Amino acid sequence: MTTSETMARESAKSSGQTYKPQDGLLLEVEDLHVEFHTPDGIARAINGVNFDLFEGQTLAILGESGSGKSVTAQAIMGILDMPPAVIPKGQIRYCGQDLLTMPDEQRRRTRGPEISMVFQDALSSLNPVFPVGWQIAEMFRVHRGMNKSDALERAVKLMQRVQIPAAKERVGAYPHQFSGGMRQRIMIAMAIALDPAVLIADEPTTALDVTVQAQIMALLQELQEERQMGLILITHDLGVVANVADKIAVMYAGRIVERADVYDLYRQPGHPYTKGLLESIPRLDQKGQQLAAIGGLPPNLMRIPEGCAFNPRCKFAQDVCREDRPALLEVAPGRESACHFAEEVLHG
Amino acid sequence: MYKYILRRLLQMIPVLLGSTFIIFAMVFALPGDPTAGMCGERPCAPAFVAKFKQEHNLNDPLPTRYAKYMGNLAQGDLGTTFRDIKVADELKQRYPTTAKLAGMAIIFETLIGVIAGVMAGIRKGKFMDNLVLVSTLFVIAIPIFVIGATLQYYLGVKWGLRPVTVSPQATVNELLLPAFVLGSTSVAYVARLTRTNLVENLRADYLRTAIAKGLTRRRAIGLHALRNSLIPVVTFIGADFGGLLGGAIVTERIFNIQGVGGYLFTGIHNRDGVSVVGTVTVLVLVFLLVNLLVDLLYGVLDPRISHD
Repeated sequence: MTTSETMARESAKSSGQTYKPQDGLLLEVEDLHVEFHTPDGIARAINGVNFDLFEGQTLAILGESGSGKSVTAQAIMGILDMPPAVIPKGQIRYCGQDLLTMPDEQRRRTRGPEISMVFQDALSSLNPVFPVGWQIAEMFRVHRGMNKSDALERAVKLMQRVQIPAAKERVGAYPHQFSGGMRQRIMIAMAIALDPAVLIADEPTTALDVTVQAQIMALLQELQEERQMGLILITHDLGVVANVADKIAVMYAGRIVERADVYDLYRQPGHPYTKGLLESIPRLDQKGQQLAAIGGLPPNLMRIPEGCAFNPRCKFAQDVCREDRPALLEVAPGRESACHFAEEVLHG
Repeated sequence: MYKYILRRLLQMIPVLLGSTFIIFAMVFALPGDPTAGMCGERPCAPAFVAKFKQEHNLNDPLPTRYAKYMGNLAQGDLGTTFRDIKVADELKQRYPTTAKLAGMAIIFETLIGVIAGVMAGIRKGKFMDNLVLVSTLFVIAIPIFVIGATLQYYLGVKWGLRPVTVSPQATVNELLLPAFVLGSTSVAYVARLTRTNLVENLRADYLRTAIAKGLTRRRAIGLHALRNSLIPVVTFIGADFGGLLGGAIVTERIFNIQGVGGYLFTGIHNRDGVSVVGTVTVLVLVFLLVNLLVDLLYGVLDPRISHD
C-alpha cells in the first residue's frame, strides 16, 4: 500500500468520500478552457489544456505571465473568482471524479486533504493577524475536528518537518516575524498538513533569494519523494525546475505548446518558443555577446492570433502558421510539440 | 510596552497644560460681568462686587489666575463656580449619565454599523450594498438635531412608543432612543468603513489561501477577512467613544439629559468660567486616556504594530 492510498483512506474517513487513484493516476485535465468575462471583452486564458499527473510525479508547467499557467492551477484548486472567470468546457478529474461538476461542499473538502497549494508570495498569502502555528493548526481543526492543543502540537511537528528552527518557540509568532524563506516553509507546512495526494506550487520561489530558492526546491522535492505526492510546479524560471521536475509542459497563450522529459527538453527543444526561452537564459560561455531574446510581446488574450498563437514572434513562421493552428502531437518518443515545423526545430 | 505607556502618559502633561490654558484664557477673555443678574433686577452693590472679585481672584492678571487654578487642580480641586457649586460634585453626578449614553451609542454603532457593513461588503454592487450606501449617505447628510427631534416627535410624542425625555435617573430604557440618535452618524461611518475594508480584504491573497485551505466561505470571510477588516473600524470606534465621552450637547438638550454636554453649554452661556475650565480639563484627560487605550488596542489587534 502506498502512502497516498493510506492518505486516501484517512481523508475518506473525515469527508465521507473515497478517492483512490487508479494505477497511480491522480489528476486528469482534459480539454480545459477558462475565460474571463470582462467589460472590455472575453479574455481566453486557457484554450484546451490536457495533462495527466501520477503519484510521485513532478510536472513543471512553464510559461511567461499570461500564458495561463497560474489560471490552470487555480482552476484545479477551484479558487478562481467566478465570475469573472468562466469554465465553458473541459474536465478536471481527481481519482476519476470530475471536480468541476462536484457539489461545492464536496469539493471544498478536497481542498487541503486531497489537493493543496503553495502560493508565490508567502507574506501576503498568510493571514497577517494570526500566529503561524494557528494557521497551520486550522487545517486539522477544520478538516479533522481536532481540538486546539492537539492541532497546535501537529503544527509544531510540521514546522519541524519543514526545518524551521526552534519551531516550538516560534509556533506563536506572526508571519511578519519570519524571513521570506521561513514564511514559504510555513506555507508548505500548511499545504502538506493533511497529506494531500496532489500539491500545486505556484511560483513558490519567485519572491525569494537565489540561495533560498534552492533550499525551498530541495524541500519540496524531499517532501514529494517522502509522500509520493503528485507535484505540479508552476514557474517562469527554467533554471528552478531543471533538477526537480520529471516532465515539463510549456504553455503559451493558454495552450500547452510542448511537453517533454526535462533533459530532452533542455537538450533539444521541440518548439520555437521553448527554443527562444532557452536561448534567452544568460550563459557564462557566451559572455560579452548579445543576449538572445524573443522579439515581440505575449499575445493579448482577447485577440489571440489566428493559427499558431506564437506565429507573430516566430522565426520559423510560414503562411501555414498564420492559417492553421498546429495540434500538440508526438514528434519523438515521449515528447510532444504543437508546431508545424517541429522536426526542423528539433533537429535544426 | 511599559516604556511606551509611560512616554504617552508624560506626553499628556504638555497637552493638558496647553489645552487648559487656551480654554482658560478664552473663557476669561469673554466680555460680560459674572455678577450681572446675581442681585435681582438691579446692579449689585460695589462692596459685594469687590468681595466677589476678591474671592474669585478676578483682580489678578491672567497668568497668576491660571497658576492658582492649576495649583488647586493638582491637588484634585476642579474649582468652585461663581454660584458656589463644586465642579467636581456636579461632574460626579452628571458623568455617569454621559458615560452610559456614550457607551450605549457605541454599542449601537458597532452592532448596526458592522452588520450593515458586512452585508454590503459581501454583496458588493448588489441591492444590499446600494441600500446600505444610500441609507448611510442619507444619515450622514441629515443634521443630528433633525434626526433627534423627528424621532422624538414620532416615537415619543405621536406614537408613545418611547419616553419623550430622560429623567435625572437616566435609566437604560430611557436612554435607548437618545443613544440611537447620538450613534446614528457614526453608524453610517462604521458601516462604510467596514464595507470598504471588507471589500479590500476579500481580494487579499491570504483570503485565497483560506479558500485553498478548504475553509468554508463563512469561516474564510467571517474569521479571516473580517478580523483584518475590523482593525481600522475598532480604531474609529475607539476614537469616537473618546469624543462621545465629552458629552453630546445637541442630543442631551433634545432629550433633556442631565449630562456633561449640557453642563458645559450652560457654563459657557452663563460666563461661568470655572465650570467650563474644570469640565474641559476632565474631558481632555478622558479623551487622551481613551486614545491611549485605543492605540494599545490597535497593537493587540494588529500584531504588525509594535509599541516597543
